[in-house]
Amino acid sequence: MSEVILNEENFESEVIKSNVPVLVDFWATWCGPCQMMGPIIEELAKEMEGEPIKIAKINIDEGQAVAEKYGVMSIPSFKIFKNGEVVDEFTGAVAKEELVERINKVKNEK
Amino acid sequence: MFDIIIIGGGPAGLSAAIYASRRALKVLIISKDIGGQAVYASKVENYPGLDFISGFELAEKMRKQAEIFGTEFLSAEIGEIKKEGDIFKVEDKEEKEYQARAIILCFGAEPKKLNIPGETKFKGRGVSYCATCDAPFYKNKIAVVVGGGNSAVDAAVLLAKYAKKVYIVNHKNKFKAEELRTRQLKEFAHLEIILDSDLKEITGEEKVSGVTIKNLVNEEEKEIEADGVFIEIGHIVESDFISSLVKLDERKQIIVDSKNQTNFPGVFAAGDATTVPYKQIVIAAGEGAKAALSAYGYLQKKSIGE
Repeated sequence: MSEVILNEENFESEVIKSNVPVLVDFWATWCGPCQMMGPIIEELAKEMEGEPIKIAKINIDEGQAVAEKYGVMSIPSFKIFKNGEVVDEFTGAVAKEELVERINKVKNEK
Repeated sequence: MFDIIIIGGGPAGLSAAIYASRRALKVLIISKDIGGQAVYASKVENYPGLDFISGFELAEKMRKQAEIFGTEFLSAEIGEIKKEGDIFKVEDKEEKEYQARAIILCFGAEPKKLNIPGETKFKGRGVSYCATCDAPFYKNKIAVVVGGGNSAVDAAVLLAKYAKKVYIVNHKNKFKAEELRTRQLKEFAHLEIILDSDLKEITGEEKVSGVTIKNLVNEEEKEIEADGVFIEIGHIVESDFISSLVKLDERKQIIVDSKNQTNFPGVFAAGDATTVPYKQIVIAAGEGAKAALSAYGYLQKKSIGE
C-alpha cells in the first residue's frame, strides 16, 4: 500500500476517525528537506503494509486549514495521531529508522 | 560485508559513492538524510555545468547516479565505529551492525544553536533553522533573523517578502555576508537591522511571542514582539562519536591530509566534517571523489598484501 494522500476533505475520516494510529507528514513543494523525506515516507508505507498503522501525508498548500489547526509552523513536520489526538510530534528531516522507532512506540502502547 | 561504508549522504558522501562504485567496490551509504545541507538551498547557482537547480534536485541527481553504479543506502544514524582485526564494524543507533574494509566519513555539519532559553522548547513552534522551508508561514507576522553571514541575509530578504516586519540581529557591527547580498537588506522599509547585539531569550506560551535582545555596546536589553526566530549562525561539526577513532581539530573537524586520509589507516574523510577550507557543494563533491580514490588505493594495497 502506498501512503494516504490527505486534504482538507478527507482529513477527518482518514486521520481523526481512523481506527489505527496515523503518521502524518506535513510537507510542501518549496521545501527541500520535505522533498527529501518523500521517498522515505513512501518506502515506510510499503514496508508497514498490513500492520496496524497508517502512513499519510498532506501538502500544506492544499491543507492550509489543517496545518493551521495543528499549529504547523515548520516543515517537514510529523505528527502521530491516535484516537484523533496527537500523541507524538517532531519537525525536521529524520532517518527512517527514527520514524520506525516512534511509530512502534505508539503502536505498542495500549 | 562491504568494501567501503560511507557515513553521510550529502554531496561529499554521494560523490565518494559514485567514484567507489565505479571501481566495482561494494559500497553502502549510511545516513540520516540524503543531500545534507544542500537540500536547504532553494537554488544552487555555482555548481559548474548545472545552472538554476535546487539543492534537492542536485542531491537527487547525485543519489540516482550513485544508485545506478550499485551503491546501497541505509537511512539510519550511527552509534559507534570500531575496528576488529582487519574489519571495521559500524553500529547504528538500533545496534544493528554493518561491516566494511574501509570507512569514509562524510557526515557534514549541523546548524549551530544559540543555546539560549526558549530555543529548544519552541523548535517547530516559531524557532526555525530553515528559512526556505518556513518563511511562507510568516505572512503578515513578525520574524527575527539571527546571524550576519550569507544565509542569515538570504533568510531576512526572503522573510521580508512575507512578514510585515523583519529584524536581523547581528553579533558584530558589520555583516560577514557578500556585499551584493547585504545591499538587498536596504531595499525593504520593514526590514530593521540591529547590529552589535545578541539574542538573550526566546519567550512565549504555546509558541514564540517575543525575544529579548541585548546591545553589546551599551549593555541595554530590550524586549520585542515576534512570532518567529530564524537561527542562521553557521554550522558545527558533531564528531564526538568518532573522537576516539580519528584526530579532530579545535573546532571538532576531522583532520585530513591532501589525500583525505585521517590519522587512522583505512578511515578517510571528506566534505564539511573535515578541515578542508571553504564549505561549498562543489568542494565537498571533489573531496568525496578524492577520498574514494584514496580508499580504493588503500584497499588495493591491502589485497596485494594479503
